[in-house]
Amino acid sequence: METPLIEFKDVTKRFGRRTVLDRVNLQIYEGEVTTIIGLSGSGKSVMLKHIIGLMKPDEGAILFRGKPISSMTKSEITAAFAQISYMFQGNALFDSMTVYENIALPLRESTNLKKAEIDRRVMARIEQTELTESAHRYPSELSGGMQKRAALARALITDPKIVLFDEPTTGQDPVRKNAILSMIAQYQKKFNFTAILVSHEIPDVYFISNRILSLYNHQIVFQGTPEEMENFDHPFKEEVIHSLEVLQKELTGLYSKRQFEMLNHLQMKRRPEEESYCLVVFSLQGLNGIASSVGHDAAQEAIRGMGLYIDKHFGAIGGFSTRRNTNEIITMLPYSNLSETESIMKNFVHDFQKQILQSIQESACKLSPGGPVELMIMAGIAQGRSTTDIDSVVTLAKSQQKEIGRLSCAAGSE
Amino acid sequence: MAQNENNQHGSQADDESGSGTLLTRPFAFVGETVVRWVNVLGKATIFLIMALGNALRAKQFSKVVKQVYYIGARSMTIIMLVSLFTGMVLGLQSYHALVQFGAQGAVGSLVSLSLIMELGPVLTAIMITARAGSAITAEIGIQRISEQIDALHTMQINPLRYLVSPKITAAIISFPLLTAMFDLIGIAGGYISGVLLLGLNPGVYSHSVQAYVVMSDITNGIVKAIVFAVIVSTVCCYQGYFAHMRRDSHGAQAVGLATTSAVVTSCVLILVSDYVVTSLLM
Repeated sequence: METPLIEFKDVTKRFGRRTVLDRVNLQIYEGEVTTIIGLSGSGKSVMLKHIIGLMKPDEGAILFRGKPISSMTKSEITAAFAQISYMFQGNALFDSMTVYENIALPLRESTNLKKAEIDRRVMARIEQTELTESAHRYPSELSGGMQKRAALARALITDPKIVLFDEPTTGQDPVRKNAILSMIAQYQKKFNFTAILVSHEIPDVYFISNRILSLYNHQIVFQGTPEEMENFDHPFKEEVIHSLEVLQKELTGLYSKRQFEMLNHLQMKRRPEEESYCLVVFSLQGLNGIASSVGHDAAQEAIRGMGLYIDKHFGAIGGFSTRRNTNEIITMLPYSNLSETESIMKNFVHDFQKQILQSIQESACKLSPGGPVELMIMAGIAQGRSTTDIDSVVTLAKSQQKEIGRLSCAAGSE
Repeated sequence: MAQNENNQHGSQADDESGSGTLLTRPFAFVGETVVRWVNVLGKATIFLIMALGNALRAKQFSKVVKQVYYIGARSMTIIMLVSLFTGMVLGLQSYHALVQFGAQGAVGSLVSLSLIMELGPVLTAIMITARAGSAITAEIGIQRISEQIDALHTMQINPLRYLVSPKITAAIISFPLLTAMFDLIGIAGGYISGVLLLGLNPGVYSHSVQAYVVMSDITNGIVKAIVFAVIVSTVCCYQGYFAHMRRDSHGAQAVGLATTSAVVTSCVLILVSDYVVTSLLM
């Protein structure tokens, strides 16, 4: 069995008489994205601070690659913690330093790199996080979102093996929230670090997480994959997940994956087995290609705009939609057969290209002040029956996708 | 009946313990305060040793130079102003006192010895505490409550090396230099009031300074300045660094109280240590 990278064994932490963590047991595995979810004040940040060594448990043990930290030598602890980077909830940027100086600080103080090399690495990170114009500004002169990106750039500047993100999307608008999550997912794949997130962004964090840990009543009540979370039956789910999902629908116009499955299940139960339904898969191509440089925000704004329009258009004929991952939307049309859906789609594409595409492009391009961004919008239809596995219908729809529009933002467009 | 007896016994015991608490409370308070002070003294000493231990590490020079500028160079104007008027007042007062005995020729020696041995180091230390010490506490305190110090830990940067050590080193460099400047300008102030305003012979004033000030007076003044530098910088850095652990307040209020506490404690310790150092050097 694989040895966890980090393991908590009966970790208890108290502040005075208040118990924050009560015999917490958890495992975090290497190369994965693990998300800790829980209500505010439930001790999620305290858990992260134990991992980075800012706090020590009152009882229990924390193991790093199977070895208790308490039994490590000073040099072993230093070597272990040197692999970890931390992005604070409040950013913790040095307010007397510019964005450039903040990002360069770990390299200047902990390495012997030459000035030119530090400059090259810092500027690369600044460009990746779309902060080029703010490089020589002070944190107090930046918006909350830009401060967050500066903190993210600083956390990643040393190419750490483990990165802890303490609510990285707090205070961001829905577009930038998804852009930051998408950026974390993309960097995690690119640099293969282990990411540990504390987040409330349900279900968005499911798209990028390999494992979910649920903290409830000072204990870990669930550890597993996002799919396993769907079948998890616990009061935690009612209190935390449902309340957050309702908020998600209000913000984006799309159902959560769980709500989507529930609606689909009800629809399928009501109809005879031989009756068919149709499903449309919309995708935004080119997103991963542009994500390494610029365009996270533009892509997320485009997918949000598309989501709102899709919900409006197909909602009127009983359709319902969900986001499948960072660049896909699935729309279920339970009362339409293939020929009807093709006709509906024809109208949709016509209206979309004539009226909607332009406005989505304008708002998306405003968020892409860096290099050029080009996004291709694809759509594919497939027919299924209540007895058919929905995933196979989705796969079929994806294989039949065609381009329905194209967004392009010129370099430096505002 | 038995219950009543129990109740009576209980209330009697409560009374006894209450009067006992009342009797022991002052002792407990004194004991607790002393233990707390000893603890703080021990922690502050370890804090100082650890900060000084990092003073000669690599990449420290530029930080020390920057702090010398903030603590030393930027305090020069206020030190010059205070020293000038201190010297002038000393010259004025001593002239009027000595003229009654026909000993106005000793004005120079009185002004210079007062400044070099006592007023120079003490007033310089108090002025730097007010100007730079409070700023040090506030700066470190804000860095502490906004998690910037925690951020340094996570970046594997020792906060004592990065934040505290350059400030203490810079204070040790700046205090003697500013004290020397205070002494010099103070003596010039005495010259202005004694010679230029009250008509004392310039040669007599200069001779009096040269004849009575010996090298050990200057050395003792510099030793005092170094002792004050260590005290002021340690107290101010310590108060800011542990602002989050104050029991009487939190957040911004804790930083405000830490700053007040740093200035008051530094001033008191300057005067107390002045007596101790003077008695040791005499």
